[in-house]
Amino acid sequence: MNKSKLLSTPKKSILLLENGEFFYGSGVGALGTTIGEICFNTSITGYQEIMTDPSYKGQIITFTFPHIGITGVNRTDYESDKIFASGCIVNNPFSITSNFRSEDSLENWLKTHNKMCITGIDTRELTQKIRDNGYFKVLISTNIEGKYSITKLKSELKNHPSLESNDMATGISTKTIFEWSNGKKKKVDNNFSNLKRSKFIAVLDFGIKANILNLLELTGYQVIVFPISFKSEKIMKLKPCGIFLSNGPGDPKSTYYKNKSNLDLLFRKRIPIFGICLGHQILALAHNATTVKMHHGHRGANHPIKNLLNQNVEITVQNHGFVVSKTRIPDNIVITHKSLFDNTIAGLKIKNKPFFSVQYHPEASPGPRDSRYLFEQFRREIDKYAKKK
Amino acid sequence: MPRRSDLKSIMIIGAGPIVIGQACEFDYSGTQACKALKEEGFRVILVNSNPATIMTDPDMADSTYIEPLTTEHLEPIIKREKPDALLSTMGGQTALNISIELEKKKILKKYGVELIGASRKVIEKAEDRNIFKKAMKKIGLSTAIGFTVNSISEGKKAIRTVGYPAILRPSFTLGGTGGGVVNNEKEFIATLEKGLSNSPINEVLIEESVLGWKEYEMEVVRDKNDNCIIICSIENIDPMGVHTGDSMTVAPALTLTDKELQEMRSESIMILREIGVETGGSNVQFAVNPKNGKRIVIEMNPRVSRSSALASKATGFPIARIATKLAIGYSLDELRNEITKITPASFEPTIDYIVTKIPRFTFEKFSRTEAILGTAMKSIGECMSIGRSFKESFQKALRSLEIGITGLEVPDEIQVKKKSELLKLLEKRLPYKFLLIAECLKRGISIKKICQITNYDLWFVNQLFELVSIEEKIRGKKINKLEYRNLKSDGFSDKRILQLTSMSQKQLTNLRIESKVRSSFRSVDTCAGEFPAKTPYMYSSYVNSNNCKRFEKEINISTKKKVIIIGGGPNRIGQGIEFDYCCVHASFALKELGIESIMINCNPETVSTDFDISDRLYFEPLDEESVLEICIAEREKGTLLGVIVQLGGQTPLKLAKCLDQKGIKILGTSFDSIDLAEDRDRFKKLINNLELNQPNNAIANNFLEAKKHIEIIGFPVVVRPSYVLGGRAMQIIYDSHELKKYFDKEKHHVKSILIDKFLNDAKEIDVDAISDGKETFIAGILEHIEEAGIHSGDSACSLPPQTLSKKNISYIEEITCRIAKKLKIVGYINIQFAIKDNKIYLIEVNPRASRTIPFIAKSIGIPIAKIATKIILGQKIRKLNLKSKITNYVSVKESVFPFDKFPGEDIVLGPEMKSTGEVMGIDQNFPLAFVKSQISSGNNLPQKGTVFLSVKDEDKENIILMSQILQKHNFKLIGTNGTAEFLNKFSVNIDRVNKVAEGSPHIVDKIEGNEIQLIINTTQDSQSLKDSHSIRRAAVRFKIPYFTTISAAKLAITGIGVIKGKKTAVKSLQEYYKD
Repeated sequence: MNKSKLLSTPKKSILLLENGEFFYGSGVGALGTTIGEICFNTSITGYQEIMTDPSYKGQIITFTFPHIGITGVNRTDYESDKIFASGCIVNNPFSITSNFRSEDSLENWLKTHNKMCITGIDTRELTQKIRDNGYFKVLISTNIEGKYSITKLKSELKNHPSLESNDMATGISTKTIFEWSNGKKKKVDNNFSNLKRSKFIAVLDFGIKANILNLLELTGYQVIVFPISFKSEKIMKLKPCGIFLSNGPGDPKSTYYKNKSNLDLLFRKRIPIFGICLGHQILALAHNATTVKMHHGHRGANHPIKNLLNQNVEITVQNHGFVVSKTRIPDNIVITHKSLFDNTIAGLKIKNKPFFSVQYHPEASPGPRDSRYLFEQFRREIDKYAKKK
Repeated sequence: MPRRSDLKSIMIIGAGPIVIGQACEFDYSGTQACKALKEEGFRVILVNSNPATIMTDPDMADSTYIEPLTTEHLEPIIKREKPDALLSTMGGQTALNISIELEKKKILKKYGVELIGASRKVIEKAEDRNIFKKAMKKIGLSTAIGFTVNSISEGKKAIRTVGYPAILRPSFTLGGTGGGVVNNEKEFIATLEKGLSNSPINEVLIEESVLGWKEYEMEVVRDKNDNCIIICSIENIDPMGVHTGDSMTVAPALTLTDKELQEMRSESIMILREIGVETGGSNVQFAVNPKNGKRIVIEMNPRVSRSSALASKATGFPIARIATKLAIGYSLDELRNEITKITPASFEPTIDYIVTKIPRFTFEKFSRTEAILGTAMKSIGECMSIGRSFKESFQKALRSLEIGITGLEVPDEIQVKKKSELLKLLEKRLPYKFLLIAECLKRGISIKKICQITNYDLWFVNQLFELVSIEEKIRGKKINKLEYRNLKSDGFSDKRILQLTSMSQKQLTNLRIESKVRSSFRSVDTCAGEFPAKTPYMYSSYVNSNNCKRFEKEINISTKKKVIIIGGGPNRIGQGIEFDYCCVHASFALKELGIESIMINCNPETVSTDFDISDRLYFEPLDEESVLEICIAEREKGTLLGVIVQLGGQTPLKLAKCLDQKGIKILGTSFDSIDLAEDRDRFKKLINNLELNQPNNAIANNFLEAKKHIEIIGFPVVVRPSYVLGGRAMQIIYDSHELKKYFDKEKHHVKSILIDKFLNDAKEIDVDAISDGKETFIAGILEHIEEAGIHSGDSACSLPPQTLSKKNISYIEEITCRIAKKLKIVGYINIQFAIKDNKIYLIEVNPRASRTIPFIAKSIGIPIAKIATKIILGQKIRKLNLKSKITNYVSVKESVFPFDKFPGEDIVLGPEMKSTGEVMGIDQNFPLAFVKSQISSGNNLPQKGTVFLSVKDEDKENIILMSQILQKHNFKLIGTNGTAEFLNKFSVNIDRVNKVAEGSPHIVDKIEGNEIQLIINTTQDSQSLKDSHSIRRAAVRFKIPYFTTISAAKLAITGIGVIKGKKTAVKSLQEYYKD
């Protein structure tokens, strides 16, 4: 017989739901306890990108596809430098990995990043619960003994703060200014000596994905990433020819209102602005629309949206739990895209200004690449602006 | 913008008979297309030569033509019907090719017919290898290095650049007929010759071999607004080198990362745009080098295909239906997802389960052909299964195959092999290779080595290894509740657990009860649970089903009365689309009766597994465990009236005993009656009671017993194992030497052998009837054209019978009624008779629907399949007022054979069934109908030229008149020595030609030189069979019409005379029924 390639028996682990229901499964990755808001993602592939997407901060991801981890992990499929999700729930136990790019197994990777995962959970049933009841908090706990005090875990779960009214973006925004060059971070001098004046895009980092930066870089303009807290006046003084508002986790209202006075400065001029996900919500909030928390959000790689300007359908990747509210849309906002799943707002532009944004992820990674034209659109706006200047 | 208002009537062309590479998936797509068009108010004109299809049911289209699929027959149809458009993409390669031909011959233009679905330009761009390659280059995608050639000399030049191994693909052939992988010059020349002759444009592509690369398929749909969606990705587990139709596949693709998959997705869409597919579904195939991810485009099909049928069943997204709607002007976002009903069709299905497809092979019926897979498809059918893990899905697929395995059960032949032999075998591209791999793993051959040799992906081999390890762990032991639960979660069947462990059936049953393990039923919902599914299309799973509900809450199990229909499983020779036809009709009938219909089947090609045919569909293996579990679950709520087992062929019939024992009601004919008909001893007594003639017969368990019985019965005899369908291992034996050989060969497979006296030169009759237990309606008496001894599934037959006396007909009717009554048949009964020397013998009784039901239904214009279901549910014959609509026309059924796929195989017919499909010819008289059936089956009768005659002695007298008729019609005759000499005596002008053994120039030279237009060749003993084998093979290779029985030859010659100078006449079924 072959030497067993079966993984050694994982530890008995528990998944506790906010309503008190609990399930036992197998703990993979780190030991300990993790708490987060539950969500489900219906993508079949791209778990490495999903788990390193900063927008998942504070969330525990239920993967609806039962086999996760087959293709392992590799150094190029990161969307940030670490796992942001608080944990994940997977249906089937992990097996061997197989892909020509694979460098490590998902299991080892979770261990390296000290993240928890529970397998052996009926993720379909769990998904249906989330679908029907809306989001809720969950807890995963794994210890060596495999014994758990439900009461203790329940109170831990209860005391955990909700994502609503929680500004998470500020906390994870970059601490230093950096340039994105050749797919890597590059230091920027304090006096911005290496800045190609008037030829750069100022990116506001709320928890940006690497592939957005890659695609921004492809526009040909220099890409400089700023922390949320960086003074907008200073950015404006550097005369960027485009401003990008990134994706990110948490309640957009909390993040916006906390940084309102600083952010609002960006919208006074006519410098082209492009926002994705949280960035889209912030653009909307800054123009007097409002956002609401969704029943259970959109997370997956098969979401159809309709481009209302040209009537085309795009298959998009989505990852959001908040949405721009359809009630009270101010006159200066034009809805440009809508979700064909539930008609929620998926894109908008500001009248008479070169500002536009989408709720979904045109950078894909993971997911279909139908909407990359938006980066092209942004480039054209910048070109126009740069020429005028 | 919604549907086009400028079109009023649309023509759909079907795929013709079931052949390898083109099976009932095109009935599925065609039926969806008809329904989609009719609900939009179009007038639908349908043409197909295959009567066993749902699409040719007279209420599926407004005008239904069962006519040969040739331009000669299509032009008059177009002329009469004046369709505004022709939808070319629903009938496989056949329909695509014929549409192009209609376009090229300017027939479409002449009658103002628009080609929709795919234009000529698109079809040519996708199908012509050179143009396709150029197009790929233009958009920056790679393809394999290759050249198209039109001659041997061009080929020789090309191979110098391409090198060995190379892949040869003839252009415009389906299932890659005539292609293959070649490793040296000898193989190259042989394959090239065959390929050139198989290609309708004598063109072959010689291509660099990407053997061993991974193969992927993408199913893409595009609308006129350029919206593109991917329905499903499919990963072939067998690497490049094995035709995708012969590969085990999984959906979705499992061993690619998102980046690789998205690149493939984007490229697929680019390809559709470049090729110019404006609306509809297409299939794009890629090869990926597993070492570095290098990817090349293999091909694309601008039409619905076998893979799109699989993708539809795997995801719940009805590709053919949507493609049809797109062709008439809709855009994707205007259409609804029929499963969720609330989301639009413009999305990409995402799934939360694993789908496994395993092809089913039939090499045992073609023993002269080595069971090796290649680039030309060989499998006859396939099964699909759904599970929440690969292990579960795969093991369910093993059970669904119905090849007698209950899990990873390695056959003895493999188990006895030495390790070195196993390693040798691993190198070959074998059918059911996973069984061999399982054995290798058991014997300690490393996973790495297996991957190296087979090019199977590590992940899959490791999954097999995990299964093998589990099996070894429990082998010979007793297991506890937890272990049992885990085994079930990994997809082990109870039967397999019983085989592996030391537990008794009773112990296992108790364990199952104690551990409270039961399957839970999940929906195929297109969206991984994101939205509630409204269409109950279900599968079972034991994975993580600890505390699960039996049914998901969105599944609404009503309290209505309901009936379960058990389908036929994977297609095989002897059990195919005809049985699916009956199942679908049962479902329709139940709906009419207001009873909920529940379908169980595991064949993804079929109409019965379309999600909107029945009230509930279970995609499950058709074995005792799965079917019982569904019965029990359904019984928990509402009233389960029972199960119908008469429709799906032998498969459900085999389950009758188990269901009956578990107290599940068998509707219609009772289990006891089924057993009475199937049990030889009981049946013999019954026949004796009824004072009917039966050929002398006996049962033997070994050679000596058989020999003793035959001393009384006398040679020749027909021998066969009991409980078989399609004449598996059935043979006519002339002497005890052959008998010994037979027992030696079949000893592994059978327990008891049935022996019947063979009635030489008898006429065979098939009767299909429906009975309510008291009264019987004779649906059809079919007179076979070939004599008894040739399997009924292989012979041609006519309805009404042509040469039977009134007396004999009424006697046959009378016996049929008596037998039906005696057997207490409620539902279908099929009886085979033989007539010899005016004496009528009873050959066989089947208490189930037969293969000929759809043919009869089309012939007599009565939906007998629906009616039988109503009878099964208690309606009475008397009240239905049934009357055949045949007045002044004749229908002929002809069989279609896969000999071109099995080189080396003899084409002489016998008691073992070999045909894969059937066609129907319908016309005002018998010879005309027969000729049409010949044209449809590809046996295109010549109008002039040379006829080769070589017949056995008994037939010689018969050919005197035939040869005279041929001469009258100016045919030139040549014959082998014996035949020529004989005919010369009767002053027939016939030239002599050498047999092959007599040296060149011989008859095969003449065939190859295109000098022969028709072959009539009958043989008797094994020597003459051997002598003439190469003639018949040459006939297949060069597509020369041939006849191997004198009865069929006679008819053909009559037919040639009748059609001479006559205009082709076509008429729709609706018109026939009206007249």
